[in-house]
Amino acid sequence: MSKTTTSLALAASIATAVAGLSTAAHAQENEKCYGVSLAGENDCAAGPGTTCAGTSTVDYQGNAWTFVPAGTCEDTMIEAMGDSPERMGSLTELDRDLPA
Amino acid sequence: MLDATKPSLPFTPGVGYKAQHFNDIMKDAGPVGWLEIHAENYMGMGGRPLAQLRHLSEKFPFSVHGVGLSIGGEGRLDADHLARLKTLCDWLNPASFSEHLAWSTHESAFLNDLLPLPYTAATVKRVADHIDEVQSTLGRQMLLENPSSYLAFAESDMSETDFLAEIVARTGCGLLLDVNNVFVSATNLGYSPQGYIDAYPLDVVREIHLGGHDEDEDETGAPLLIDSHGAEVVDPVWALLDYTLSKSGPKPLLIEWDTDVPEWAVLVEETKRADAALSVLV
Amino acid sequence: MITTQTDFRTALLDPSSPAPNGVQNPDGVPATKRFDVYRNNVAVSLTDALETAFPVVNKLVGTDFFRAMAGVYLRAHPPTSPVMMFYGDEMPDFLAGFGPAQSVPYLPDVARLELAMRHSYHAEDASPIEPDALAKIAPDTLPNVTFTFAPTVHLIPSNYPLHSIWWANTHGGDIAKAAQPTLITRPEFDPSVDPLTPEQTAVLAALIDGTPLGAALQIGGAGFDLGPLLGLLLSRNALISINT
Repeated sequence: MSKTTTSLALAASIATAVAGLSTAAHAQENEKCYGVSLAGENDCAAGPGTTCAGTSTVDYQGNAWTFVPAGTCEDTMIEAMGDSPERMGSLTELDRDLPA
Repeated sequence: MLDATKPSLPFTPGVGYKAQHFNDIMKDAGPVGWLEIHAENYMGMGGRPLAQLRHLSEKFPFSVHGVGLSIGGEGRLDADHLARLKTLCDWLNPASFSEHLAWSTHESAFLNDLLPLPYTAATVKRVADHIDEVQSTLGRQMLLENPSSYLAFAESDMSETDFLAEIVARTGCGLLLDVNNVFVSATNLGYSPQGYIDAYPLDVVREIHLGGHDEDEDETGAPLLIDSHGAEVVDPVWALLDYTLSKSGPKPLLIEWDTDVPEWAVLVEETKRADAALSVLV
Repeated sequence: MITTQTDFRTALLDPSSPAPNGVQNPDGVPATKRFDVYRNNVAVSLTDALETAFPVVNKLVGTDFFRAMAGVYLRAHPPTSPVMMFYGDEMPDFLAGFGPAQSVPYLPDVARLELAMRHSYHAEDASPIEPDALAKIAPDTLPNVTFTFAPTVHLIPSNYPLHSIWWANTHGGDIAKAAQPTLITRPEFDPSVDPLTPEQTAVLAALIDGTPLGAALQIGGAGFDLGPLLGLLLSRNALISINT
């Protein structure tokens, strides 16, 4: 692709991207985020008043591990497809400082 | 140490803030006069939690209540965490900052619970040194909260009230008296909750916590109360509050509810009961 | 008799060991159930935190499996920070190496997506570019343009139909038949989760790396249309500056 062709292709993409914005923005209003807002909250309370959970045996390599995945994955048998680019981590290394 | 230029908590009851109540509170907070947050939940970089806090802080005095500093830890305080607390307090300028007489981090593992301490001279020195460091870093007085205890240490050779009085004398910190924790610990360890209040340095109390607990029993059938913050405050704890206030005079009261958090209206009812306990004093 | 915090911590996380020496009931008898209260608080609070943090992983494997797995995870990877909002950073790698989960090979990618949503939720606020700003740039300088992305943006590569696996378990619907790498953004306060094609993913990864638009376009290959990807990035407030 020549430089001019690239420029024109880019300009055309931008035109369609900007023109399509009102529809795209509208579509996202109905999306809700599940399970994020309350994830990982710190509390100063104790857990439920039972004293068993911390005392169960957890050695999954021994005989104690009897669980098999048994949720919706049973309906979701999927093979890997295609080659995706090398995995990347998060875009930005979040340091945990607060905004000033 | 107490700085007169900083706002102080009012003698109307406050509530532990939960994000799901944001709209209710902004619409009509009812009798709730101030809010308390768990510091660690506002240590992200931005987004909804900090935006909500910015809005609410325009309407309400705030108390910042740390749950993860591990003031009783054998190791050094986590300097990064202390810096985060300073950033939050400098930004929000809360009326109060408090933490727990407990430990939660050891050898870099944070165990997400308020773990108990033996009451000895060695623990006094360690906790006092850590409080000195917190107060000088934050540039403000901190309040120290009494824990809920489930067991005792063989090595303890002083009472919890003597321990707290010694910490206050050494550091000039204030105290956050959790009346439910007194009731839970006294029941679990077999002493009188009123006797605890009689021995407690009430003159340096700057906040009182009220919360619910669960009931269980130990392997011998003895009562074992668990500080769950998942229910209404029980009548004996309200009675212990009345007893305390009759000796201390009015204090800022806070309703804490952290697990199975109810509708805002339920917290408002608890707040009204706390308000009634204050109003009989005058 | 001194009870060190090392003794206490070791016994807390190892249910097969007795309570540490020196902790006792009020009558002086060594504590058993009373110590278990602390064991329970640690295990349950961390398990609950993981369950709330990875709701789709939980749904995929079922709660019994998830909570048992969380018990193994929390002992292998207790939190290293008192800030619980980011607990679980090692979960994708842990799942990839966890024997009993090998029958669900896409699980690490789902965990990566859920982690990225939380990081996005708490990321620093940033002002997006005005869409017009891009349209105003002279065509001949466009190939040299690079973008700065909002700190809320995360790209999750995947060889599985990741987006539709997540969508089916949060909203319902069928699983797609093609690989769906996934883009996490935060238009305002709630993260958005959008599917990408492998070509869009390659182009976006290059743009995130700072590759200029012209060179990034070539990465998409013959016939690649940049319009839908740019439209998505603009509508999701993913771009915060244009560098010419």
